[in-house]
Amino acid sequence: MDAIILQILNGLDKGSAYALIALGLTLIFGTLGVVNFAHGALFMIGAFVAVTLQRIFGLSYEEVDPDKTDFLGNPLVVDKPYVEKWFGADFGAWLIDWSVPLAIIAAIPVMLIVGFVMERGLIKHFYKRPHADQILVTFGLAIVLQELIKYFFGANPIQTGAPDAFAGSMDFGVLLGFDPNVIIYPYWRLVYFLFAALVIGGVFAFLQFTTFGMVVRAGMADRETVGLLGINIDKRFTLMFGLAAAVAGVAGVMYTPILAPNYHMGMDFLVLSFVVVVVGGMGSLPGAVAAGFLLGILQSFASMNEIKSLIPGIDQVIIYLVAILILLTRPRGLLGRAGVMED
Amino acid sequence: MKMLGLSNKDTRFLLIVIALTLLTPIILQPFPEGSSLAQFNAGYPDLMQRFAIFGIFAIGFNILFGLTGYLSFGHAAFLGVGSYSVVWMYKLLGYNVVPGILLAIVVSGLFALLIGFISLRRSGIYFSILTLAFAQMSYNLAYSVLTPLTNGETGLQVYTNDAQVLMGAGAPNSPHFFGIVMNESSKLNLGGWEFTFNNGYYFCAIVAILVFYLSLRIFRSPFGLMLRAIKTNQTRLNYTGLNARPYTLAAFVISGMYAGLAGALMASMDPLAGAERMQWTASGEVVLMTILGGAGTLMGPILGAGFIKYFENIFSKINDQVLHGWFAFLPDGLENFIIGVSHFFVGKSWHLTLGLLFMLVVIFLPGGLVEGGQRIARAFRNRKSKDDGAQARTQPAE
Repeated sequence: MDAIILQILNGLDKGSAYALIALGLTLIFGTLGVVNFAHGALFMIGAFVAVTLQRIFGLSYEEVDPDKTDFLGNPLVVDKPYVEKWFGADFGAWLIDWSVPLAIIAAIPVMLIVGFVMERGLIKHFYKRPHADQILVTFGLAIVLQELIKYFFGANPIQTGAPDAFAGSMDFGVLLGFDPNVIIYPYWRLVYFLFAALVIGGVFAFLQFTTFGMVVRAGMADRETVGLLGINIDKRFTLMFGLAAAVAGVAGVMYTPILAPNYHMGMDFLVLSFVVVVVGGMGSLPGAVAAGFLLGILQSFASMNEIKSLIPGIDQVIIYLVAILILLTRPRGLLGRAGVMED
Repeated sequence: MKMLGLSNKDTRFLLIVIALTLLTPIILQPFPEGSSLAQFNAGYPDLMQRFAIFGIFAIGFNILFGLTGYLSFGHAAFLGVGSYSVVWMYKLLGYNVVPGILLAIVVSGLFALLIGFISLRRSGIYFSILTLAFAQMSYNLAYSVLTPLTNGETGLQVYTNDAQVLMGAGAPNSPHFFGIVMNESSKLNLGGWEFTFNNGYYFCAIVAILVFYLSLRIFRSPFGLMLRAIKTNQTRLNYTGLNARPYTLAAFVISGMYAGLAGALMASMDPLAGAERMQWTASGEVVLMTILGGAGTLMGPILGAGFIKYFENIFSKINDQVLHGWFAFLPDGLENFIIGVSHFFVGKSWHLTLGLLFMLVVIFLPGGLVEGGQRIARAFRNRKSKDDGAQARTQPAE
């Protein structure tokens, strides 16, 4: 029992990331009808916003520390971050420590702008083109974005830590009445899951309970009729593209303490996210979220030693195996609609 | 000029392709050795072999994607299977490439039959994801559980204690075709030029010509017409009482065998096989090649393959020194500025150039390079006919 709970918990953080990316992909597909292969790149840009912010907070100048001496007895020169000088030592240190969560504040406007520019500058011209063309042009864009990041940040992963407050692990089992030290779960992963749940809940609430969301849902169901009612649906869909980009971006920001960002992380996640979207059913938002968590948890179950010894190599292929099985038994994915993307 | 069951036009086309392929070592070496442009020469064996091999890969992919419109994201799996088959034949029988290549075609064909049979139950993006899933599964398994078969991360290679039962005493100790050793070349020096004629390249080139001829026949056959009909309107085809799936499956298997053959040739040039050949990026590369060149056209995939491989090898070699050499005549500040800008596009970040080029092609030339060529040709023809027209109009006035 404890092992099962542990694996479910382990699957949650990866599942959250899959669900967030798949949610954005489905939003874009459902509203604009565009298959966005650059969505992984948006996730990556988000992660690098966190890296950038950490570097900005870390900018430092050299100062002679009167209290310390180096091993020769000379006064020690230490690097002091500018933020500590400007905002005081305590608040500065706090800023540096909390740079990843704070990066969300920076990432949202950045990602909205990136999303608007992408949609208005490029995607807009591809509404009427075949899906294959959309896949290809966004794939090209993903390569370009990834190379730009590689150019500025280098090819190696960059460690970006979580705030010290979340550094350790919590003994999750005690809460559920198990013995101590049976179910240990890092705090940050719990934070990530809660954060993902919040974002997903927020997006759904936004679509469900606001007038704007209602119009967008109506547009997803029948774009032409909404247009005929005199509503500028294009403008709203552009906003939704920005929102999807922001969701991918903040997912990337918060993932940095779990996985040190590198320039190809977007592509790594993109392939799996597409599998997730298709398993959930193209164009279905709840399907994307459900499939994200389902595949994340299945993946962590498959990497248990007991199961691996039963079926060798299952941990490597489980996601694809499940995808194949679901697509063959349920042609449109778990919750997909008929007639989407079958031309 | 009719031969081999081709029309006049196709025969001429085939002859041009044969001539270009056989003369590649000369055509791709336009700059004399030691000149500052010599680095743009592509006439070295390694690169030419890759042109031919990826050309074969893309020709095969085009039979599936270009004709039927089914976009497979998993063709690299067949490439890997082909490579592994050949290296296993090296290990068991000996360094002659023929048994390996035959085995590779058969095995990849069977593999494609299995994957195609399942994946073709769905169409559109669902088909793409199914093929992607199968390929990624093969890739992951090749790295983990199938290590006895694939030698995992090290890659499959020939060791001295392998059986090699058909190895004669005097047989060459590297891949050969009945004694013709693949990595041997003869060089020809003409003035400042040096031409390399490599056995391996010519082997690949002859295979490439054969499979190009085959794809030409498929394009012109009733079968090819049926595949195009599937791309145009599958529903309508079904309503006429035809089941499309046997045709798409045949196309899938044929293109899988082409990919297997390409993988086999890779291992014939260099007796190694690694799982990274099966990764989805390799599948993505052949998609890029086919579309960049022009999907559904005969020459497009070959052009695309050549284009990408050329840029990969030539652009990535341009480094600071070379750039300084080119722009040395400029004032220092300007020189450094231009070199700084060029940094984005050449050397290690040549992928950026590839991505931009690819985007430009998709945006402005949906038909690929072939369409670009056709447009230019048409523009010239139009100008010419306009001139003729102008003359024709002026004549009566005289």
